[in-house]
Amino acid sequence: MTLTALTDQPVHSRGQSFWRAVELAGCYLLGALWVLPLFYAVWMAFHAAEYEVRFDLFAPLTLGNFVDAWNAAPFARYFLNTFVLITVILASQFVICTLAAYAFARYEFRGKTIVFMLVLLQLMIMPEVLLVENYRTMVKLGVIDTVLAMGLPYMASAFGIFLLRQAFLTVPKELDDAARVEGAGPLGILLKVYVPLSRPIYVAYGLVSVSYHWNNLLWPLVVTNSVSTRPLTVGLQVFASPDQGVQWSIISAAALMTSAPLLIGFLLFQRQFVQSFMRAGIK
Amino acid sequence: MTGAKNQITAWLLLLPAVVLLAAFTHVPAVMTFINSFYSTPRGTRPAKFKGVDQYANMLADPVFLAALKNNAIYAIGTVPAAIGLSLLMALIVNSSIRGKSLLRMSFFLPTVLPMIAVANIWLFFYTPGYGLIDRVLAPFGFAETNWLGDPSTALGSLMVLAVWKEAGFFMIFYLAALQQISPSLSEAASLEGASRWYFFRRVTFPLLMPTTLFVLINAIINSFRLIDHVIVLTRGGPDNASTLLLYYIYQTGFRFWDTGYAAALTMVLLALLAALAFIQFGVLDRKVHYK
Repeated sequence: MTLTALTDQPVHSRGQSFWRAVELAGCYLLGALWVLPLFYAVWMAFHAAEYEVRFDLFAPLTLGNFVDAWNAAPFARYFLNTFVLITVILASQFVICTLAAYAFARYEFRGKTIVFMLVLLQLMIMPEVLLVENYRTMVKLGVIDTVLAMGLPYMASAFGIFLLRQAFLTVPKELDDAARVEGAGPLGILLKVYVPLSRPIYVAYGLVSVSYHWNNLLWPLVVTNSVSTRPLTVGLQVFASPDQGVQWSIISAAALMTSAPLLIGFLLFQRQFVQSFMRAGIK
Repeated sequence: MTGAKNQITAWLLLLPAVVLLAAFTHVPAVMTFINSFYSTPRGTRPAKFKGVDQYANMLADPVFLAALKNNAIYAIGTVPAAIGLSLLMALIVNSSIRGKSLLRMSFFLPTVLPMIAVANIWLFFYTPGYGLIDRVLAPFGFAETNWLGDPSTALGSLMVLAVWKEAGFFMIFYLAALQQISPSLSEAASLEGASRWYFFRRVTFPLLMPTTLFVLINAIINSFRLIDHVIVLTRGGPDNASTLLLYYIYQTGFRFWDTGYAAALTMVLLALLAALAFIQFGVLDRKVHYK
């Protein structure tokens, strides 16, 4: 079998190299096709409206669309709102999920398995699925149209608890015991031993969480109704509604602008992004 | 660690997470169930017990049936396409092809962008006559198409966007799994003269099975959970041709303010997700070993 494989090769080599070339072309075509929509958006955003469907390599570049978009809606405020929202969510997630993950990783208590299953349920039933009932809760709490309303349902995340628990389980028990002997309490051990050893997981979870909440639309759309709380996604949705009759080039500029921080971050730290998503995905 | 003191410590550590999860997942799920048996309170008129009336109405509601059918088509159409493409992408990026980091970037980029932003860009692509798609097709003799305004193409247009947006995300999981496969396997196979297709079919694909199942479940959940593009592109139209279940819940709850009916609709979605959860935790996890 080995022999035929070896002797077969030269005979087929011309045909093989042809198909290899076709295959390579297919791969690059797929890559080009995938990035095309984004390139097109960049083209529209940086050219005057008359070049929306006219291609001219020497068409004059302009930042006018960005200026127009920026002036047409309170994007500065939206950026601030998104920034505050993400900071609040991420900080709470880190604290709340770390505590819970530690309990699941290192403590034995009654009902542990059932509680863990109940936590994992949130992986399936995400807060936006229950938006009608959650909206009612926010009305009762009197927090409609606040950062708190947008953030509360996401602060305890099953995904985060699960991810950190897996990380904590790999921490050697001896380190835990040693810290205990030195008189450290549960919180001290957590902060001195577990958190520092799980730093890559925090980075991974942080990146995944930031890109999720930067992009989240439905729940913020439901619980906000004013410029002073709306995040970027909702702001863009209000700005680009078809009945507003805004030019495509300006919409493209606004769309790129709202994605810019994530986009630039991704282009600069591509490896970290991809690795983070990988780390978060392997269970 | 056991003992009463440790029990207390454990519960104190869990407290914030348990309270928040219960408040925004478990309690609302139960409340949705209860509310689905009541009419919607209007003004001073309180909610009245209606038994299974809401569910009976649902079966006679053509929009609900359309949403359910559309969602089934949407899932059956997008899930296998996204999984197939993501696997292909991962194989490409994991090979020795030149420029693979550029390819990886190109595949992954849509994942990082907000759906609302890309949907607005695609809204332009789908513009009849003027948009990119019609411009590209025109030289080949295609007539102007109202992609989003025609009931026969509206849902398909949403599906194409969804596949484009999601495939790169799932690629990451396959890529991670492919990197766990020992290179000595492919060396041995090529020494034995196995074709690449044979090797993929008999070795790579079976080894990727746990990943495929994981991605499958997540892709199905996403097909019920993500409606940002529906809001931007079609708003469920024309004539409910592209409405999805969650979009209809959103409309019922926040456009028509019929919260009782929205609760019953949510129960259908919860039942579907519960069935998925059962399949994942009950059936698949027993057969597939995660690390």
